[in-house]
Amino acid sequence: MANDSVTRDAVEDFMFLEAELLDEWRLKEWLGLFTADAHYYVPATDVAPDASPDTSLFYVADDRFRLEQRVERLLKRTAHAEYPRSKTRHLVSNVRIRARRGDELDVGAAVVTYRTKGGLTETYIGSYRYRLAVTAEGLRIREKRCLLDMDGLRPNGRISIIL
Amino acid sequence: MSVNQATPSGAEPLVRVDAARNTFKVSRRSFVDPGILRAEYAEIFNRCWLYLGHGSELEKPNDFVTRTVARRTILFTRDAQSRVNAFFNACPHRGAQVCRERSGNAKSFQCFYHGWVFGADGALRSQPGKECYAADFNSEGAGNLVRVPRLEGYRDFWFVCFDRDAPPLADYLGQAREWLDVVCDQSEAGMTLVGGTQEYTIRANWKLLTENSIDGYHAINTHATYVDYLRNSNGSMSPVPFEGQAYDLGNGHAVIEYRAPWGRPVAQWIPLWGEEGRREIDAIYGRLEQRFGAARARRIACSNRNLFIFPNLVVNDIMAITVRTYYPTAPDEMQVYGWALAPREENAWARKYRLHNFLEFLGPGGFATPDDVEALEQCQRGFENAGEAPWSDISKGMGKAQPAYDDELQMRAFWSHWNRCVGAAR
Repeated sequence: MANDSVTRDAVEDFMFLEAELLDEWRLKEWLGLFTADAHYYVPATDVAPDASPDTSLFYVADDRFRLEQRVERLLKRTAHAEYPRSKTRHLVSNVRIRARRGDELDVGAAVVTYRTKGGLTETYIGSYRYRLAVTAEGLRIREKRCLLDMDGLRPNGRISIIL
Repeated sequence: MSVNQATPSGAEPLVRVDAARNTFKVSRRSFVDPGILRAEYAEIFNRCWLYLGHGSELEKPNDFVTRTVARRTILFTRDAQSRVNAFFNACPHRGAQVCRERSGNAKSFQCFYHGWVFGADGALRSQPGKECYAADFNSEGAGNLVRVPRLEGYRDFWFVCFDRDAPPLADYLGQAREWLDVVCDQSEAGMTLVGGTQEYTIRANWKLLTENSIDGYHAINTHATYVDYLRNSNGSMSPVPFEGQAYDLGNGHAVIEYRAPWGRPVAQWIPLWGEEGRREIDAIYGRLEQRFGAARARRIACSNRNLFIFPNLVVNDIMAITVRTYYPTAPDEMQVYGWALAPREENAWARKYRLHNFLEFLGPGGFATPDDVEALEQCQRGFENAGEAPWSDISKGMGKAQPAYDDELQMRAFWSHWNRCVGAAR
């Protein structure tokens, strides 16, 4: 697949599939959407959007290994924060291809994720920045960065789901 | 013998100790009663030394941070003379907050309401329409920002106290100072907070986080998935066993000190860090031995500390160092702030692994803290039954000559002091 032939429709389809896999807790399939050198980041809300997890405190900074471990953990009964599992809904909108670079697309989107458990619904509001690799198998996520538009995690107490 | 601290209202005691039977019980009313929260603000948060911030947050002259401490909004500044200050963030004119930013660098602060301007030292610099005020209007400083009654620092940890008559900070910290020293001695250049704050709400009573932050007993159950992760990331479990002791430091402060299998950037190597990491760790360890000799170097490098400073500061020197403080907003809700503390001179390799270590365990996106949050919130739900299921048990290890890190001596130290503050006041 050629980089410049990828349309926004194709990118949206890919992102909506990702949201569906997360909301249906099909986390092993979700992992299949990532490249072998992938990263997943959620920075703290008081650092620059392009901050590095090597020098600033984040909420989440996973390389591929830790991403796999995160999924493995979330599928165990002993991941107490998510046992029983939350119901989640990721709403992805305002999808835009921001740049095309080599085999990569730089994609931005807005996201609202609801998490419901124990009679409470929490909202995570933010934007996504993706580096999507255009591969023979289709689009794959090389980097996913979720930038929260919130003053800290209030009133949320945790990011126990994947945003 | 039963020690039931009687209360003026004749209500049931909040802490019930039976030394003969080695039991220590805490009334679950302590976690749900709004009257107790009022007493906690009156007797604890309005009177004890409270952590405000770290000196490294004010790196340069005129740096400032705004922060809420015990329901007050505080402006924490380093002025042009490099003095550290804490003011109430309220205009002396009509009360609006003079600084509405989270942090930054400013020579002065202008209240946008009527335009009064204050220096980073709190002094009134200008007032529009000054000619309409008496010539000696500010001769006694009534036009300046109001200082927090007490502000003192220990090893760059800055504390405020709203009680003018409180003892000096050094006396208040008492034996806890030596434990802060062990943490701070990691660095020759001084410790610094790394950029980025973890802020979150837990729907649980604040004292549950005190217990949890120094609880060695829960790790194996609550954090089973983190222990799985350690095993997976290192090929096998490191041979270092969990073992150690708990200490009552007086004044409600307490600590547990113990060995654990995780890697410590200062300075316990794990296989995940490879040969490059082994060289880095050996160099850091070697320097500690030069500075402190073998025994103290080993303590600084290889033992972990969960240090609690009454009423609400936690300095956990574990797989990374977190500084954590928290305030109740309601009996069943608290606001939590967490930072990462590191040696200033640490190189890029160590800083990177420190932050990786931090995130693996700590914070609301880690592999462990979310399960702590769940545990605390489940306790709070359980306390809805406090009428008929009224007591929590904090007895583990009572009667031992030296309670272990996974006993509950450290929590009894907290609760006993808490009860001295609050139990008699209600």
